[in-house]
Amino acid sequence: MTVVWSFLHKLGSPRWFYRISSQWLPWLSFLAVGLLAWGCTWGLAYAPPDAVQGNSFRIIYIHVPAAFVSLAGYYAMAGAGVVSLVWRIKLADVALRAGAGVGAAMTFCALVTGSIWGKPTWGTWWVWDARITSMLVLLFLYLGVMALYEAFESRETAARACAVLSLVGTVNIPIIYKSVDWWYSLHQPATIRLTGAPTMHPDMFHPLVVTILGFYLLYLVLLLLRMRAEVLEREQKSRWVEDLALGRGLAAEPGG
Amino acid sequence: MPLFEACDLRCERDERVLFEGLSFTLAPGEIVQILGPNGAGKTTLLRAVAGLSTRVSGEMYWNGAALPGSRWEFLRETLYLGHDAAVKPGLTPFENLRWHAGLWGRTTSIGIEGALGAVGLARHRDTPAQHLSAGQRRRIALARLLLSPARFWILDEPFTAIDLEGVSQVESLVAAHAAAGGVVLLTTHHRLSLDCRFRQVALESGALA
Amino acid sequence: MSAGTGPAWLEIARRDLLIAFRRRAEAANPLVFLLIVAALFPLGVGPAPQELSRIAPGVVWVAALLASLLSTDMLFRSDFDDGSLEQIVRSPSPLYATALAKMAVHWLVSGCPISLVSPVVAGLLYLPAAAMPALLFSMLLGTVTLSLVGGIGAALTVGLRKGGLLLSLLILPLYVPVLVFGSAAVDAAAHGLPWHSELAILGGFALLAVTLAPLAAAAALRINLDS
Repeated sequence: MTVVWSFLHKLGSPRWFYRISSQWLPWLSFLAVGLLAWGCTWGLAYAPPDAVQGNSFRIIYIHVPAAFVSLAGYYAMAGAGVVSLVWRIKLADVALRAGAGVGAAMTFCALVTGSIWGKPTWGTWWVWDARITSMLVLLFLYLGVMALYEAFESRETAARACAVLSLVGTVNIPIIYKSVDWWYSLHQPATIRLTGAPTMHPDMFHPLVVTILGFYLLYLVLLLLRMRAEVLEREQKSRWVEDLALGRGLAAEPGG
Repeated sequence: MPLFEACDLRCERDERVLFEGLSFTLAPGEIVQILGPNGAGKTTLLRAVAGLSTRVSGEMYWNGAALPGSRWEFLRETLYLGHDAAVKPGLTPFENLRWHAGLWGRTTSIGIEGALGAVGLARHRDTPAQHLSAGQRRRIALARLLLSPARFWILDEPFTAIDLEGVSQVESLVAAHAAAGGVVLLTTHHRLSLDCRFRQVALESGALA
Repeated sequence: MSAGTGPAWLEIARRDLLIAFRRRAEAANPLVFLLIVAALFPLGVGPAPQELSRIAPGVVWVAALLASLLSTDMLFRSDFDDGSLEQIVRSPSPLYATALAKMAVHWLVSGCPISLVSPVVAGLLYLPAAAMPALLFSMLLGTVTLSLVGGIGAALTVGLRKGGLLLSLLILPLYVPVLVFGSAAVDAAAHGLPWHSELAILGGFALLAVTLAPLAAAAALRINLDS
């Protein structure tokens, strides 16, 4: 039985994943683009301007979703790490590596939009605000995982080491966030409350929900695209990738 | 009943199969030499048997119990001598051996002094290992064979860097261990001349040679 | 039977201490580093006592962080390189205990001396005398966490030839909470405010690290050996 399982995991999964994700991707992409277009149009054109910040607040429709997704992405990556450590599924290794890249990109996006937001709000491009500082540390954590992965020669060792590191990160992230929050309140009492969601006017809040959903889907689409690229690279010597490259298409798996 | 049994071992490295379908047993008193060219996976196999590597799939049994389920019992009964001698250059031969003995928690009755004398290091008992030659440092590692009460010796290239006299000494140690009912699994590029029977397992196909 | 020894982790700790003692000249390196980094600040910022006194808590803590990091790379590396780690992993003592023992020795030979020297360094930066107890105690507690968390990084990079720079990339972000609360305790004491809650939080971090860090380090060591 265990032999059958390991056989399935080793050979079945990547190909099965590639086939299934081919079917899902168009739908997911369509939904992601649709939600983002809807949410952004609503938020940028129709939502009322903020009483204090005017129109500059509208960047939250990008900044807040990106920040949400980058934090959730770290936990998703660590989840893939657990699967990789416990069950040694190669696809989890692929997901972990892809998740690090996409998550870092999302964090970077949140940092850049936060910085752009800072210019009209505080008059500087960078401000050591609690939220932005935490995002910066999160970016460092992502970069650490990526650098560790690249440092190993063996992909399997790399993935397992990164899984341990991302688990250490999941324990640390809440502590880091709380520490930075506390540090910020100690040094400069918050003058402007950012995105306190419940206090937002519903007309401002509803588009935000739509873009957050859109960003989660976008994350999923990007993750799947990166995973598919790596699955192809890993399996380049296998028969099904060869068939695919020669335009013979993906036949259904025997018995699967 | 065999003391150690390996069934259908398989190792794949970087999408390349090193060996597969490898099975062998070790009954009390048996010595098995693993043969194969460089890169055939000898060290990987020995590390897997020693419980250090999980890159080898298949089943292994110690005293009839499946590994790694009976891992602790197995580790207590095995001695692994790897490529690197696990000798600290800053410590004397005596201190190095005391550390190894401390790791196992028990030793044979020969004692550290006796083991050092037997491998010809009595004079260098208190010389830091960094001032000894490579062969002498290797001898510190070989003294562990005398000190350890383990029944299963896993020796990866035990003859590296030691002189002819040392080689024949190790060979007689291995033979004596087998004669006392122990088992030995070893790799070496050196032509073994044991005064007892031993088997050879070639790694290319896993067939018995 | 002949070697009357304690449990394996104790033997490992004893050997590490002995090696550290034989190479005691090296133990001074982190302390000299700490002193040099702290001495660079007046040269960069200017010698005004008020300015230096204001930034002293942060400067001393950042310098201590880096000094502790410097010595972390070697925590498991020499054992990995000479094959001792294979023997340690195969010993009947759980790897959790041996990893913890090695981290404890690392704290004894780096974190502890760094803590004891830090008031001298802080004195050079005009930290008020009233803040010295807070500095000493926060350092003693905080460096425990630094050694433990640093040990995870050292274990993760032990199989890599050039682990040093990568290690700092992995570990420094994880040091943020210790830095925040450590320098806050000293800052509070310098302003005559109570600093015990910060110290308690640092103690909490140390407890959490003692519980979890050896677990992660043990897993990382096994992964590196299994390559």
